[in-house]
Amino acid sequence: MMNTIWTFLVLVSFLVSAASGHVSAITDAAFTSVKSAVETAFSFIGIMAFWLGLMEVAQRAGLIDLLSRGMRPVVRLLFPSIPAGTPAEGAMLLNMSANLLGLGSAATPFGLKAMEELQKLNPDPATATDAMCTFLAINTSAITLIPATVIALRAANGSSNPTGIVGTTLIATVCSTVAAVTADRLLRGRGGHGRGGSH
Amino acid sequence: MAEVIDAASRWAMPLMFFLIPLVAYLRGVKVYEAFIEGAEQGFATAVRMIPFLVAIFAAMGMFRGSGAMDLLMRLVAAPARWLGVPPEVLPLMLVRPLSGSAALGMLSDLLRVYGPDSYLGWLGSTIQGSTDTTFYILSVYYGSVGVRNPRHSVLAGIIGDLAGFAGAVLATRLLFPH
Repeated sequence: MMNTIWTFLVLVSFLVSAASGHVSAITDAAFTSVKSAVETAFSFIGIMAFWLGLMEVAQRAGLIDLLSRGMRPVVRLLFPSIPAGTPAEGAMLLNMSANLLGLGSAATPFGLKAMEELQKLNPDPATATDAMCTFLAINTSAITLIPATVIALRAANGSSNPTGIVGTTLIATVCSTVAAVTADRLLRGRGGHGRGGSH
Repeated sequence: MAEVIDAASRWAMPLMFFLIPLVAYLRGVKVYEAFIEGAEQGFATAVRMIPFLVAIFAAMGMFRGSGAMDLLMRLVAAPARWLGVPPEVLPLMLVRPLSGSAALGMLSDLLRVYGPDSYLGWLGSTIQGSTDTTFYILSVYYGSVGVRNPRHSVLAGIIGDLAGFAGAVLATRLLFPH
C-alpha cells in the first residue's frame, strides 16, 4: 500500500509539472526537501535520547509492573473468557501498560507473547478468538499518556509549546480506543458465535 | 474543562521527570547508568528514521512543488471542508494506519511546512498520536501465531482509526490556542 501511495505521489508530480511546463520544479523541490530530512533527524536525536533514557529508568524501577497491577480490573472486564492469573492475562497487562507509557519497543514483545498465550486457548488455531480481537482492537488504537515521539518532533521543528498537544492527543486516542472496543463488541456476533477461548 | 486539559498538557511531562527518577532511586535502581543505557538508543532511533524521512520529504516536496498538491486540494477541498477536515492533513490520515515511520515522515513534513504551532501543526500532531499503525499491528500479531482469519478485527481497527481522526479534529478545534 505504501508502495502504491509513494509511486503515485512521484509519478503524478512528474506529470503535473511536465504538463504545466516547469518540469525542473520537482527536482528543486526534491533536493531542498531531502536536505531538511537529515536536519530534522539530527535535531531529533537529543530529545529522543533523553526520553529513551528516562524510559529505561522507568522500566527498571518497575513502573510497567506497577501500572499492570492497577489495570487488572479493566482487563477482567474486557476479557471475561481469559482466566485470572494466567500467563495470557499477565502478558496482555504488560503490553497494555507499556503502550500506555508510550514504550512501543517494550510493548511489542509482551504483545507477541500475549498472542502466543491466547493461541494456546484457541480451539481453532487458524481463526482469531474473541479475546484476540478485543486485544488487537485495543492495540491498534493504542491509548498513550505521553506521545513522546510527536513531542520530540515538534521540539525539533522549533515549537514554542511542544507538549501542548498532550491533551488533544489524549482525547483523540480515547475516542479511537472506545470506538474500536465498541465496534469489536458489536461486530463479534457476525463472524461466528462463541469463538471465544472459554473452553 | 479546557483549562484542566491545558494544565494536564503542561504538567504531564515535568511530573514524569520528577516521579520516574524519584521512584527509581527509592527502589534502588542505578538511575544514572540506566539513563545512559536507554539514551544510547536515541541515536539509533533517529538515524533509523532518516531513510523514511528522505523518502516522504522527497515525494511530498515534489508533490507540492509540481503544483499537484494545489490541484488535489482544489479537488477535495469541498468534501473535506464539509467534514471539517483541512485537506492538508488528508495524506497523513491516509498513511497513518499503514506505516508508523511513513506517518511520522508526513507529520514532520507538515510541521516543517506549516509550523508546529499552527493549527495544521497541532491537528497533524494530534492525528499522529490518535491511533496506532492498525494494518501493521494486525499483520504482525496475527502472523506471529498463524491466525489466517482475523474476523472483524480489520473493521474494528478502521473504525477506531476514523474515530481517532474525528476526535483529533474536534479536540484541536476545541483546544487550539488562538
